[in-house]
Amino acid sequence: MAKDWPLWEIFIRGQYGLSHRHVGSLHAPDAEMAVLNARDVYTRRNEGVSLWVVKSADVTASAPSRKGPMFDPSNDKTYRHPTFFDIPDDVGSM
Amino acid sequence: MYAQEVKSTGKGVKAPEEMSVQERAFQARIDAGEKIEPKDWMPDGYRKNLVRQISQHGHSEVVGQLPEGNWITRAPTLERKAILLAKVQDEAGHGLYLYSAAETLGVSRADLIDDLLSGKAKYSSIFNYPTLNWADMGAVGWLVDGAAIVNQVALQRTSYGPYSRAMVRICKEESFHARQGFDIMMKMSSGTAAQKAMAQDALNRLWWPALMMFGPPDAESVHSAQSMAWKIKVMTNDEGRQKFVDQTIPQIEYLGLEVPDSAAKLNRETGHYSYSDPDWAEFFAVLKGNGPCNVDRLRARNIAHIEGAWFRDGLMAHAQKQQLAAE
Repeated sequence: MAKDWPLWEIFIRGQYGLSHRHVGSLHAPDAEMAVLNARDVYTRRNEGVSLWVVKSADVTASAPSRKGPMFDPSNDKTYRHPTFFDIPDDVGSM
Repeated sequence: MYAQEVKSTGKGVKAPEEMSVQERAFQARIDAGEKIEPKDWMPDGYRKNLVRQISQHGHSEVVGQLPEGNWITRAPTLERKAILLAKVQDEAGHGLYLYSAAETLGVSRADLIDDLLSGKAKYSSIFNYPTLNWADMGAVGWLVDGAAIVNQVALQRTSYGPYSRAMVRICKEESFHARQGFDIMMKMSSGTAAQKAMAQDALNRLWWPALMMFGPPDAESVHSAQSMAWKIKVMTNDEGRQKFVDQTIPQIEYLGLEVPDSAAKLNRETGHYSYSDPDWAEFFAVLKGNGPCNVDRLRARNIAHIEGAWFRDGLMAHAQKQQLAAE
């Protein structure tokens, strides 16, 4: 038997209308226990109204070393931002 | 503090010209106040120091349940019992946040726990002192959690993202702990003469161990410089201790108790209180395993771990059976 229970990433919806947000991780034998443990570990004081648990092994992350090539475009394509365009004041708000 | 014996790599802090290009870029990120995240490149020494500090911190939370857990069944009222139970549950939660943060650095939970159980890993010296009576529940919450808050508020600014986020969560919960302790102290100090004497006695016994929580004086704290440069530590031992003394002495006066240190005096110019050195020989003896309760604490953790094994294994066996049935 593996020494550690599988690791789960925990996401909480803080209140209705907001997205689930990553809050941390914990070990649990299965998804059902992960939800129960997450309730005890991460929501002892009204922190949420809904929980997601995802096996950490199932998360695919972007590599930090590729931060440049991965996220640059939005910065050098300044026309993506509304402030790139000069609209005369007479036009009013747009 | 909760990590009083973090031995660094042994080398001093490198000058920028001694650093590799990667190390220099890393230090520049830290100096700019950027947080480091798990998958980022980091020097081996940074990773090692962090694992030691975060795991010692986590172990302190876990072992810290024992001196108070001892009094749950003997709390004087049902309300006090419920409050203490909630506090001890919080400490378990804090241990879990910290273990999770340590694991993001590539160590396994099982190894961390094995190191605690074998005595290889350290935890805070404070939890090797006994809690003799109900007044100690007041003094522990007020002084020990009060000292922890001073340290942990500062650590919210630590450079490692997962550690910093764990500190933010912990700080939100910790002030309940200190306040419930002070509440017990207020009740006892305004009670009968015998109750007030118990409160004073608890303060007398726990004051010095609380001061020791911040670790040895800066002049003797040989491993701090590198941790400060990496912002693993963000406040020196003496800075934390002074802050704690300054905030606590007026509270002692409010309670109508006596500060157990005749040298404690307010310097009106600096706004700081002077205080005597705790017995550092005692501190190092406790850290080495020779405190009043070191053996008891480790024995209690080992028994809990061994006696809980069938339950942990059972849950895992059940999960595997369910998975097989579903396939």
